[in-house]
Amino acid sequence: MISITDLHKSYPPRKASGRPVQALRGVSLEVADGEIYGVVGTSGAGKSTLIRCVNLLERPTSGRITVAGRDLTTVSEGELRTARHGIGMIFQHFNVLSSRTVQQNVEFGLEITGVPRAARRIRSAEILELVGLGDRASAYPSQLSGGQKQRVGIARALAGNPKVLLSDEATSSLDPETTEQILDLLKTLNAELGLTILLITHEMEVVKRICDSAALIEGGRIVESGKVIDLLNTPGSKIAHALFPLGESHGTPGNTVIEIMYAGHLADDPIVARLSREFGIDVNILGAAVEFVSDKRVGRMRLELPGDLARNEAPIALLRESGLFVEAPAVNAE
Amino acid sequence: MIFEWNTMLPILGKAIAETFQMISIALVFTIIFGLLIGILLVATDEDGLYDAPLGSRRLGVLVHGVLGFVVNIGRSLPFIILMVVLIPFTRVAVGTSIGPIAASVPLSIAAIPFFARLVEISLREVDSGLIEAAKSLGATRRSIVRNVLLAEARPSIVLGLSTSVISLLNYSAVAGTIGAGGIGDMAIRYGYQRYDNAYLVTTIVILIVVVQLVQIVANRLARRLSHR
Repeated sequence: MISITDLHKSYPPRKASGRPVQALRGVSLEVADGEIYGVVGTSGAGKSTLIRCVNLLERPTSGRITVAGRDLTTVSEGELRTARHGIGMIFQHFNVLSSRTVQQNVEFGLEITGVPRAARRIRSAEILELVGLGDRASAYPSQLSGGQKQRVGIARALAGNPKVLLSDEATSSLDPETTEQILDLLKTLNAELGLTILLITHEMEVVKRICDSAALIEGGRIVESGKVIDLLNTPGSKIAHALFPLGESHGTPGNTVIEIMYAGHLADDPIVARLSREFGIDVNILGAAVEFVSDKRVGRMRLELPGDLARNEAPIALLRESGLFVEAPAVNAE
Repeated sequence: MIFEWNTMLPILGKAIAETFQMISIALVFTIIFGLLIGILLVATDEDGLYDAPLGSRRLGVLVHGVLGFVVNIGRSLPFIILMVVLIPFTRVAVGTSIGPIAASVPLSIAAIPFFARLVEISLREVDSGLIEAAKSLGATRRSIVRNVLLAEARPSIVLGLSTSVISLLNYSAVAGTIGAGGIGDMAIRYGYQRYDNAYLVTTIVILIVVVQLVQIVANRLARRLSHR
């Protein structure tokens, strides 16, 4: 649905003597039809520039952006406006017009595309109902809470039935509870409307809760990307580590520390008990996290097995045989 | 000080009508051109909506620079000097340099840059995120100017307009001294030159009342327009 190829963006230096700022240095990513794709990164990593390039609010220095089969970097300004009707966008600070009521805000995009008044009425009522604001149509944004304003933003973005929704830190200025509600709404819209969502965020919680795929952006480059479930089974995945922080405990010298990941049905398997029973060893849990990632139960665990690696080959083999991913067992230095 | 209403009222009535006439005409031009120039100043600025008219950023810089320069000239001349300098232009434009209609020419030319700057300030206050959101919806620039910039800045523009009206009232009194008529003229001729304080006091009272009214009406209107 969205295909980004070798995207570069540099800003001219602010001072004549300065160097140009390289915000994006060759970003490529593919967002499949109907998936929720999260790009995570710290502030300044380039994620905001990236998402604003997708609908060309920001014009890339080089590279290609294809949305629904159409290369947006080569189209005329008029064609770009038309293409934008098919790409909704929501923002961190909601960006709803204070001079318009909720309903008028939602109808704004429809006015632009020339939808007649009566049809606008019907569509705005419908979409407001869908986002849970059916009863606030005539309110002004100043009378709404942050979460409600974001719902208006979502309704406005979706009124014209776009295939794609871009979310620029949409939950970053909301409290945790409201964040969850908005994420659940996005998930519902994704499922019910088949909406493809590309979102950027600095909150791992967002990825954990709704993303099918994720990418990590650092210094203007994608350093890791893929299905979230696959990333969790990837050795050394930074996203996996960030999703499931296991703390700083690294065990006693002389023992073997392993990290295991499990997903789906395996998460129900009492593996620690099995190890103890079958090998008669005392397994020490240094850290563990079990959560739901896009409705699948997944977890990570850091275990300490007594003795060095050579003595633990059999238990590790058992874990691997049962389908678990065991990460880089390291022997602690004496 | 004696208020001889029988002689004063007809004079006063004529003066008020003249002032009203010159301010009304000037106000119409001020609103039209002030808004236009204010919008252009914002739109042709760096990263503005029309920062590259006809695809040329240089043209944008030029338009912005020239407009800014002209507006500054208009703002830097004291009204009494501007008015005298403009007499030949006024004669060409309306055929005479005397009377309220003639006075509306320099009044407009003084008030347009003043109001244009106030419009510019109001438009700059509009959150750039709103413009971005409109762009993301596929809005045309014209639609963004109307539905985002002007719509969001409306309360602030109304307050700017009231400030401009009050300035016009001020200028109109100055215009009175070189043959424009109006209450300024009345105050000078009857109040100052004939030492009749009744005319001065009446003028002062009228001006205070009018300014208060303009401000109250503008504040109410701005509050009604604002949904922040």
